[in-house]
Amino acid sequence: MLNIEIDGKVVEVEHGSTIIDAADQLGIAIPRFCYHKKLSVAANCRMCLVQVEKFNKPLPACATPVADGMKIFTRSKAAVEAQQSVMEFLLINHPLDCPICDQGGECDLQDIAMAYGAPASRYTEEKRVVINKNIGPLVATDMTRCIQCTRCVRFLKEVGGMMELGLINRGEHAEITAYVDKSVDSELSGNIIDLCPVGALTSKPFRYTARSWELVRRPSIAPHDGLGSQIEVHIKDGKVLRVLPREKETINECWLSDRDRFSYEGLNSPDRLKVPMIKHHGEWHETDWKTALEFAGGHLKEIVGTHGSDELGVLISPNSTMEEAHLATKFAHGLGSDNVDYRLRHTDFRHDGKRLGVIWMGCNIPDVQEMDRILVIGSNLRNEHPLLAQRIRRAVANGAELSVVNPLDDDPLIPIKHKAICSPNDMVNVLSQILKAVSGMERLSLCLPKSLSDLLEGVRVWDNSQAIALSLTGHGETMDLISPRSAVFLGNISQHHPRYTEIFSLAEAISSLCGATFGVLSAGANSVGANLVGAMPKAGGLNARTMLESPRKAYVLVNVEPELDCHNAALAKQAIEQAECVVALTAYKSEALEDATVLLPITPFTETSGTFMSMEGRVQSFTAVTKPLGEARPGWKVLRVLGNVAGLHGFEFDSSEEVKDEIFGGEKPSAVVWRTLNNNLRELIDVEIKVKLDSDLQRVGEIPQFQSDAIVRRSPPLQKTKQVTKAVLAGIHPEQLTKLGINEGEKILVKQGTGSAILEAKADIHVPHGCVRIPGAIAATASLGDLLGEIYIERIPATAPQEEVSA
Amino acid sequence: MTATQTLVCLRTAGQADPASLETYLKLGGYAQLKRLVTEKVKATEIISQVKLSGLRGRGGAGFPTGLKWSFMPRYFDGTKYLVCNTDEGEPGTFKDRDIIRYNPHQLIEGMAIAAYTLGARVGYNYIHGEIWQDYEIFEAALDEARQAGYLGENLFGTGFSFDLHAVHGYGAYICGEETALIESIEGKKGQPRFKPPFPASYGVFGKPTNVNNTESYTSIPWIMEHGGQAFQELGVANSGGTKIFSISGHVEKPGNYEVNMGISFAELLALAGGVWKGRQLKAVIPGGPSTAVLPASAIIGATMDYDGLSKAGSSLGAGSMIVMDETTCMVKALKRLSYFFFEESCGQCTPCREGTGWLYRVIKRIVDGQGRMEDLDLLTDVSSNISGRTICALGDAAATPVLSFIKHFRPEFEYYIQHGRSMVEDGVAVEEVAYA
Ligand SMILES: Cc1cc2nc3c(=O)[nH]c(=O)nc-3n(C[C@H](O)[C@H](O)[C@H](O)COP(=O)(O)O)c2cc1C
Ligand code: SF4
Ligand code: SF4
Ligand code: FES
Repeated sequence: MLNIEIDGKVVEVEHGSTIIDAADQLGIAIPRFCYHKKLSVAANCRMCLVQVEKFNKPLPACATPVADGMKIFTRSKAAVEAQQSVMEFLLINHPLDCPICDQGGECDLQDIAMAYGAPASRYTEEKRVVINKNIGPLVATDMTRCIQCTRCVRFLKEVGGMMELGLINRGEHAEITAYVDKSVDSELSGNIIDLCPVGALTSKPFRYTARSWELVRRPSIAPHDGLGSQIEVHIKDGKVLRVLPREKETINECWLSDRDRFSYEGLNSPDRLKVPMIKHHGEWHETDWKTALEFAGGHLKEIVGTHGSDELGVLISPNSTMEEAHLATKFAHGLGSDNVDYRLRHTDFRHDGKRLGVIWMGCNIPDVQEMDRILVIGSNLRNEHPLLAQRIRRAVANGAELSVVNPLDDDPLIPIKHKAICSPNDMVNVLSQILKAVSGMERLSLCLPKSLSDLLEGVRVWDNSQAIALSLTGHGETMDLISPRSAVFLGNISQHHPRYTEIFSLAEAISSLCGATFGVLSAGANSVGANLVGAMPKAGGLNARTMLESPRKAYVLVNVEPELDCHNAALAKQAIEQAECVVALTAYKSEALEDATVLLPITPFTETSGTFMSMEGRVQSFTAVTKPLGEARPGWKVLRVLGNVAGLHGFEFDSSEEVKDEIFGGEKPSAVVWRTLNNNLRELIDVEIKVKLDSDLQRVGEIPQFQSDAIVRRSPPLQKTKQVTKAVLAGIHPEQLTKLGINEGEKILVKQGTGSAILEAKADIHVPHGCVRIPGAIAATASLGDLLGEIYIERIPATAPQEEVSA
Repeated sequence: MTATQTLVCLRTAGQADPASLETYLKLGGYAQLKRLVTEKVKATEIISQVKLSGLRGRGGAGFPTGLKWSFMPRYFDGTKYLVCNTDEGEPGTFKDRDIIRYNPHQLIEGMAIAAYTLGARVGYNYIHGEIWQDYEIFEAALDEARQAGYLGENLFGTGFSFDLHAVHGYGAYICGEETALIESIEGKKGQPRFKPPFPASYGVFGKPTNVNNTESYTSIPWIMEHGGQAFQELGVANSGGTKIFSISGHVEKPGNYEVNMGISFAELLALAGGVWKGRQLKAVIPGGPSTAVLPASAIIGATMDYDGLSKAGSSLGAGSMIVMDETTCMVKALKRLSYFFFEESCGQCTPCREGTGWLYRVIKRIVDGQGRMEDLDLLTDVSSNISGRTICALGDAAATPVLSFIKHFRPEFEYYIQHGRSMVEDGVAVEEVAYA
């Protein structure tokens, strides 16, 4: 520790701290623009100049390491003169357009100018004008306002993983720009809006809609992935106008993914369902709540009464709150049905009845950054968990090694040490190889159970599997770690895999052999919470797949658009189509719900209270930040009344807190969580190394990040991004294309089960041989079957009329 | 009393085929490298000779070379680098160009000795992009040296290896700043890094790196041959050895002159044939545009060494002496200089990016006849606000001419502002300009 003095206050600071760290520690405000605690130090704005004893020049506080006994003056005449002069320089070319600038009211330059600026300018020459840039649908630019602090540049390079912006040209001609004809496509791009200290980068969707001081700010939790990012929702006249991160170092730090930041535009979609609706003779009719609920409750009861309770299936979106999931489950149980599930995009449930607890990520979010070795299995990290990807990126930047086993070779913008890119079906084989390689290592004395070692007998270990095993166990190029902090994570692709159970089992075995953390990076905002409340079949009921395979007569859907949210779109569509009664609790009117019977308008997360449990097991409750739109009501209330209408007991709740209390049995949530999180399986699962498939081709059906749920799908700015507009619908390796005799850009017929679609074939070097990348959760592919499964491709004879897919 | 040149760095001047290996060998070239390496002379010994020589960095800052060398970490697990700065891009500076054009092997030998001393395995010579032919001469010399076994693996069978590469820039002045130069070598945009860390701990590719000017390295073989003491004795206290002065402007014989440090200004001017056309001397920028201008009266009695020029109110810089006769309009001259710094600022840090443009525009406005009396104080103030507040010394370099021109020639500026015309062009006599 070092002792220094700032403005007469003595403080003890750590070795290697800078003056600005020390001042921040003391609460002494040093003005700054380019410095940001999460970015490398550029020291270019010079706003933070301070006077230091024994130095004849002022020094930048952000870049000057403290030395023992240093005496620093941040408000002395010399310091203030330096700061004022920098302020004057910054303002000479800055346009005075604050009245029409969106940054107005929350502008660092404005604020600091109030303290350090002069009332009038001495600059009478011509001002600089910088040509504006279009960097995409999310971030608006006004480059004349830029003060060249390079925060945006450093963010995209260091946190985003790709230098999508740069400072080109010299001197006064220096300007921030993207590559020629390129936009900023990072999935974290919105953060540069927050980082920009001036109004050069602002939010395009929010632009000109409100002044910052008119906004009411309310805390909430991001509802699109398992991270549980803390957000602040900004509201004017009851309408959500923007979403910003709340700083939470252990979760989202000060960042937010674009999905979490810009999805709110979907909340104000014209699709929002404002009144209950009932279908009579194929026509939709608006109705009142009482009629709708009595109709729904009565109809469901009637079907259960006549055909048996087993004819009821309940499907719950993993983005529903714990309260909604709990009540929906309770409702099913109340009517005697065990057919409940939230795992809509899963298809392999062989582990049901064998898990020892609630599946989670196996560690806390910040731990990821402390890992030495990470193996990610079946995940397109940037797509699925943008902010977690960013943590892994920084772990790797600090020396960690990342290995992946994946059916897609998409660039995570993280240097990958070893990778095994293979078809989905081969993933099991590769994992067996890694397990064999790990089990063959001398120091790992743990014995495998006989069943597994027998199984591994005939497995031949490929070089990259061996390399992954070596890395995971701590071996390195220059140094071997005796006790590495390692982790094995399963991503969304693994969870959606037809052989998830085998993948899970093998990954668990690999982790336990090498002492690695083992976890599942769950997709939904509340996957772990829905697991905890038990929104799954318990006593032999039907799961999310069998419920559709053996169609039921009645369904209750909670926040579900069946053909977009389920693993097998065609199956989901057929099941809903044939059902006698489908009660959909939904925030949106939807083509996917055309075949429903009753639509009950429930509110999205901003208009209800509730609880999400993140993938690290963090229980986070939130309250409504705006009033419900139209007649829409919070989901938990609707389910409560539905229970009442159906004459069920135990539905007497006055608040969502009461529901939460019931879930946790009145205990402290964290205690319950602590007890229940457990990724171990009761017994080993049978693994089959080589499974023969009929088709030569397998579909790799990812869920694109801006299609993951109903809200995101309705956010116009997100739908305008390149990720969506330039999405590849049928990606095939160029060599595979040649083999199939298909031309790049040609329309092809793809078939899965009874479904088919006509899609444009695109050469895609990131897809392995024997595979076709065809995303799910979009209309164009909603007629197809399993996300990951066999698929057939045919050329369309040139003479046949090419018809577009009807979605 | 006519002084003569002392050819240390320009040793091959006057020889036929001066740049060839043959010529250099004939003059005893590479003997020092061979001796030091084969006799395994200790690094500490070499460094103490360099310290004794009083050699100071010839790139402009005048930092003692021996001291700089002692900052390089002795033990380092990885590659250490050696960098030579031949990026001279400041107007009036053209000495390093003649070194690589006429005496490239002495630079190579000097660098190889430095590499041996500092344990650097790889070296780069970064050459200004606008002297392409000279760059090619240097490349050819490198080839010769490699083939003759003065560069490469296992030199003289001793196990000492040194690879030297030439890198050419694209003409940006800022790439002469050592950390911008390093960025440029790494393939990035040439922008100065914040210091500390200094190159000795974090240089090329983040590895310990020693950066010296061309003339600094080229002095080394002579020092090794004759000893540090002898080099020191060529010059005066605090300024050992010889210095190449690049003399340009209003003289009869512009060019490079290598002379003993401490030579009087008058002698040096005489070497260059005196002020041309028999005109009167008005002002001199003794060390290049980043050094302060001096009126004739202030420089006439000065000696040309670090202390001498500092006493006269300027500095030695890189020894780029720009001579101005009585016909020079100081306002217009300043406009030209300010334009240079305005265009060459890298734009990274606020005071320099914004300030150099401000200075230039105000001076241009004055030259355009739109000046205001307050402009002079404004220029002084803006310059002082740039000085000492930037990432690299270009900020100070831009401020210095403005401050010194206005300080010494204020009446000329006032006249220009009042009349909207140049005093010189109006024929108002130079003697009437009050010396501040
Ligand atoms: C704007 C600027 C330009 C510079 N240009 C050169 C140059 O062209 N050549 C040079 O040797 N040093 C130049 N320098 C100085 C170098 O940064 C560095 O101090 C020098 O190369 C060190 O070598 P020395 O110690 O041998 O002088 C420049 C410095 C600044 C700030
Ligand atoms: S755009 Fe904003 S963040 Fe980027 S350099 Fe300019 S002022 Fe800084
Ligand atoms: S002083 Fe000028 S040249 Fe040097 S870093 Fe700053 S802007 Fe660039
Ligand atoms: S905050 Fe220190 S220089 Fe910008």
